[in-house]
Amino acid sequence: MKLIIAIIKPFKLEEVKTALSEIGVEGMTVTEVKGFGRQKGHTEIYRGSEYTVDFLPKVKVEIVVTDALVPKVIEAVVKAAKTGKIGDGKVFVVPVEETVRIRTDERGESAV
Amino acid sequence: MKLVHGTDFADSGPVPIKLTLPKTCRIAACAILAFFATFSARAEEPAAMPPPPAPTLEQRVAGLEAYLNNADPTGALKDKAGNIPAGLTTASVGVAGPGHNAWMMTSAALVLFMTLPGLALFYGGLVRRKNVLSVLAQCLGISGLVTILWWSFGYSLVFGKSFGSSLLGGSEFFFLNGVTSAPNTDYAYWVSHNVFAMYQLMFAIITPGLIVGAIAERMKFTSIMLFVVLWMFVVYFPLAHMVWGVNGFMNGVWNSAAGIKAIDFAGGTVVHMSSGWSALILCLILGKRIGFGKEKMAPHSMVLCMVGTGMLWVGWYGFNAGSAVGADGIAANAFTTTTLAAATAAFVWGLIELIFRKHASILGFCSGAVGGLVVITPAAGFVNSTGAVIIGVFAAVVPYIFVTKVKAKFGYDDALDTFGVHAVGGTLGALLTGFLATHDANANLGTNLKDVVGHTLWLEQLKAIGLTLSLSVLATVILAYIVKAVIGLRPTAEVERMGLDINEHGEEGYVES
Repeated sequence: MKLIIAIIKPFKLEEVKTALSEIGVEGMTVTEVKGFGRQKGHTEIYRGSEYTVDFLPKVKVEIVVTDALVPKVIEAVVKAAKTGKIGDGKVFVVPVEETVRIRTDERGESAV
Repeated sequence: MKLVHGTDFADSGPVPIKLTLPKTCRIAACAILAFFATFSARAEEPAAMPPPPAPTLEQRVAGLEAYLNNADPTGALKDKAGNIPAGLTTASVGVAGPGHNAWMMTSAALVLFMTLPGLALFYGGLVRRKNVLSVLAQCLGISGLVTILWWSFGYSLVFGKSFGSSLLGGSEFFFLNGVTSAPNTDYAYWVSHNVFAMYQLMFAIITPGLIVGAIAERMKFTSIMLFVVLWMFVVYFPLAHMVWGVNGFMNGVWNSAAGIKAIDFAGGTVVHMSSGWSALILCLILGKRIGFGKEKMAPHSMVLCMVGTGMLWVGWYGFNAGSAVGADGIAANAFTTTTLAAATAAFVWGLIELIFRKHASILGFCSGAVGGLVVITPAAGFVNSTGAVIIGVFAAVVPYIFVTKVKAKFGYDDALDTFGVHAVGGTLGALLTGFLATHDANANLGTNLKDVVGHTLWLEQLKAIGLTLSLSVLATVILAYIVKAVIGLRPTAEVERMGLDINEHGEEGYVES
């Protein structure tokens, strides 16, 4: 099992969700986050005052899948979230030790 | 201001007005008897005096025509020497005209709407979210406080004349004594005296409300209230009397004996200069917000700010067109010039930003609209539509330079740009009025000022600017240090960091639930 964390542009969320549904991903956790990478922030000017905004809004999508599905998930996310411009985000893959379905107490891959 | 000069009918007003103000029940009873004795056609008293002369049909019609022209209803009753025969009157004398009165009540409500909630939202949106309620509380607090001051002493000190002074009014209207629904013909032939008093109250409310912008996010609520009490007595009441009082020192239009023959239609000096310059001084004495220049202090809601701006613009029709004190042609002209100046300035400010910064911002449009409204204020009833568009262009360019370049250069923390927009705009408007005022827009400029308008009026305006500026600055320095010595000006650093809302008012603007 792997946890796939994708940091994407907020307006790409719907496309990513659709792409993941099409390859059989049945669940995901979505969080609105802020941060910066190479895109850096931007400046806002209010009359005479200029402020640098370091943290840009992004969406973090977390998906746990079986090992077999990992390459397809990565491919789907990258394809759906890509604009080709700086700030498209990143995908991280992290090993998962255990998964438990709370309702039935199922363990392991069948609980994913 | 639409004033009425050369008449003294307020002193010899219609009998029922005085008789409705008995000091005791006994006097009241006598007054009621006197009322019926005087006015009842059926009174069967022994005829000690001959019956009052009846007005002719022509005189009665002339009284009604005066209503249409917002003119003196007693004009046709006067004999060749200018006196009214004893007892001669018509039904149109001593009563408010419905149309003019309706417009002035509407205007009063519109001007209140500028503060509650217009200014409150305009400023409230520009502060950080932890301080939004403090601004609303200050606007509400000032509205209540100034109303009480106005009722007790303020109105009389501005629009009375018993002191016989060009600098301060009188005591005859303390506690609104004698301020009834009958017109005070010193100021309007057709508007109820109490409506006039309430209309002018709304100006007295918004003026200290404007100061709040410069000192936002870092002054104690109690200190602001104390400062406002002192400031109203030392700055606003004298200044408003000088500019608008019938015998005021700077009332060039109606007071032929005015020391400075300046004009100010709706309050460029009284409202915007006084508040704006005082705001600058107060913000300098107060000091900068903690973290100013280092931390982000961006507006927390440009949406609220824009909503407030729209309310200010709409309310300003009451402010400017209402300052004609009647629904007449001068009001119509002021309505037009107000629209043109505000719209022009809003567009030009946005355009300047688009050219120099690549973005036309919401705050830019809002600042331009307010700037245009401020600068047209002293001129609204005195200039024509071309003058208004010229004013609109200046109203964008000059305040833009002040809030972006001058403020950055000197580094003062005029938090919401009260100085940059209101002081600079009010001063600019007072001066431009001197150049652009014309007889064509307002026939009242053709009497006391006929030799001045179009020639040296701008010099008179400069004198008025100098006096207003000096009074505002000097008084604010003294009053601010008095308040500082008595109760202090600033909250603790911890309170300022956490926000004024939760600490000073025990509430939060936005509660997560």
